[in-house]
Amino acid sequence: MIKEYVYRGFERFWHWGQAMLIMFLGLTGFEIHGSLSFFGYEQAVRYHNIAAWSFLVLIAFAIFWHFTTGEWRQYIPTWKNFRAQAEYYLFGIFRNAPHPTKKTVLSKLNPLQKLVYAGLKVLIIPVMVLSGLLYMFYRSPQRYEVLSLNIGSLEVVAVLHTIGAFALLSFFAAHLYLITTGHTVTSNLKAMITGYEEIPREPDLAKPVVDVTTPAFNK
Amino acid sequence: MKRVFLAVVIVGMVIGMVMTALQKNSAEPTPLVKLKEQYAKKGKPSVDHALFAQLNKKFARPQEVTAACISCHNGRHREVMESTHWNWERIEYIPGKGIRPLGKKNVLNNFCIGISGNEQSCNKCHIGYGYADASFNFADSLNVDCLACHDNSATYVKAAGGAGMPDTSVNLTYVAQRVGRPQRTNCGTCHFFGGGGNNVKHGDLEKAMFDPSREVDVHMGSDGMDMQCVDCHTAQKHQMLGKMYSVSSMNRNRVECESCHSAVPHNDDMLNKHTLKVACQTCHIPVYAKVNPTKLHWDWSTAGRLRNGEPYEEKDSAGTDVYMSIKGSFTWGRNVRPEYLWFNGTASHYLLGDTIDPTKPVRMNELFGSYDDPDAKIIPVKVHRAKQIYDTEHKYLIQPKTVSTKPGDGGFWKEFDWQRASEEGMKLVHLPYSGKYGFVETEMFWPVNHMVSPKTQTVQCNECHTRESGRLASLVGFYLPGRDHNALVDRLGVVMLVATLAGVLVHGAVRIVAQRKRKETN
Repeated sequence: MIKEYVYRGFERFWHWGQAMLIMFLGLTGFEIHGSLSFFGYEQAVRYHNIAAWSFLVLIAFAIFWHFTTGEWRQYIPTWKNFRAQAEYYLFGIFRNAPHPTKKTVLSKLNPLQKLVYAGLKVLIIPVMVLSGLLYMFYRSPQRYEVLSLNIGSLEVVAVLHTIGAFALLSFFAAHLYLITTGHTVTSNLKAMITGYEEIPREPDLAKPVVDVTTPAFNK
Repeated sequence: MKRVFLAVVIVGMVIGMVMTALQKNSAEPTPLVKLKEQYAKKGKPSVDHALFAQLNKKFARPQEVTAACISCHNGRHREVMESTHWNWERIEYIPGKGIRPLGKKNVLNNFCIGISGNEQSCNKCHIGYGYADASFNFADSLNVDCLACHDNSATYVKAAGGAGMPDTSVNLTYVAQRVGRPQRTNCGTCHFFGGGGNNVKHGDLEKAMFDPSREVDVHMGSDGMDMQCVDCHTAQKHQMLGKMYSVSSMNRNRVECESCHSAVPHNDDMLNKHTLKVACQTCHIPVYAKVNPTKLHWDWSTAGRLRNGEPYEEKDSAGTDVYMSIKGSFTWGRNVRPEYLWFNGTASHYLLGDTIDPTKPVRMNELFGSYDDPDAKIIPVKVHRAKQIYDTEHKYLIQPKTVSTKPGDGGFWKEFDWQRASEEGMKLVHLPYSGKYGFVETEMFWPVNHMVSPKTQTVQCNECHTRESGRLASLVGFYLPGRDHNALVDRLGVVMLVATLAGVLVHGAVRIVAQRKRKETN
């Protein structure tokens, strides 16, 4: 058993910041949607917009980070071990079988995660950001008048935003559960908090485990 | 590294402080402060009319006062005689009907119905002397009533049933020496009492507006800006700005909040966005008839009941008429929440002789507009509903003769006979009457523009942005966040969420069970 530094400082800040913002956007968003009542409509709109701008700033930093570190490659979907990973979640996990893919600094996402997170990044989040921006700016007050994009109805924008919200909500539910499916029930959570993950050292590991003090991408 | 960081923080703070200080120094008064400053200056009359020899004499007839006015105010009478206040009609384009003269002269309403045949009583509020029937000479400038609008003594009254002549109690010399800019009393004498009583018609214009509080009307409140009607309803050459869609059709000559307050008056841009589709009045007039009740329903079909052969009246506990033999039954309302419509500034009107469908409420003045119309905004409206008389054979509304000036003239308020009132009334408007009448539901739409509340009492977001029974619940054709949702998307979304939750719960449960079994076997 070794401890490996998997999630670095910014990555964890980004993850938890994003988690808080998405939860808060969900709460205020579903209040605006009319599904629940908590802050009151006026405040819900105000908070939702503030959180949305914060999220956009965070996304900007995250994109920068992903490209400067090359970490974006982690999310390229692959069919390799895809079936094995799916079978693990469907059968192996109940027999206490080992994870079919090894988490390393170079490859910290399994094939299913790659697919789901890539989907979030290229589909759900962009849809939410674009529909959210349209929602905000389809009318824009100027100094003497209100300029308006001539979109016939807000409905398309709003419905897209709602679909995305439900997708994120379901993702959130599954994501919370999948925390518990690591090497131990709490190892994933600990890793995302401290950055270090306990990884069982396997004799058949192809590559030597990277030295924790010098992450691979800095070499 | 630490030093660099500290330096950046300090420089940042200094820049921030300088910017704030500069902003404060260059702070202009806000547009609202400027407006208040402008309207706080109450003008003083430039002359004292009591000093003029022309007015220092006894006037036998009001027309002599008019002549005295004209002797100095050369030509002003011709301006008045071009106004709607004088002509009671103007040329309007009615969508779908074409160019028509339109006004009190010829339009029917669902209150006292129309002036034809009833001029002696209705035309008390004409700004002329002696408009007692259709033969009135609109070219005689001496019949212009200058005093109705310009009396500043608050003693000038027109006689009931006097076709616009002043009451015999009026001291014309006293009034003539005290003329000036029109006050709320001048306008209110007629505009607060339209339809035969206080606040019958508008709902937002009534006798409380003679001396309202700021809570009732933030502009006119005598404990506030104390504005006069003519501060907004300004006039060029006696042509008043503003008009009512009870008697007009075109999108012109309107008084608009925006002309003083601009289209983006809020500090909050979320509110400013609303002004594209929502009229100011919609949020800023949460209720109308704030002080005294306004008439909401008028059922003419019950009129004419007599007790011991005599007409009678019934009042409710608040002293409001609920039944009058001459007019029928009424429903009134106080602090009424307006209804809301899309309105682009154009309206249609029921015109004499138009065929109706008696199975549906007849719209006396339909207000046009929809979400898709770039000129339309949501406005608050008082809808006055009524049951009024129509010809069941010819299928058009009847102009009954109600006022009686001499015995046997058919006036309903004396004879209580709908047959006779219809015969005589329709004769005067030159339309055949079949001899068969009935009563049909009608609706009349009165945009609510006055009784603007202080900003602390405006309509709140969640009064419209709400799933159930919001203020805009009946408006269709657009997506209103908080009110609308796509039912299918919501249902599928919930199904997806429930399926996910069920999936992870089952998966987790199986894991726990499997683990226990493994422990047992080990």
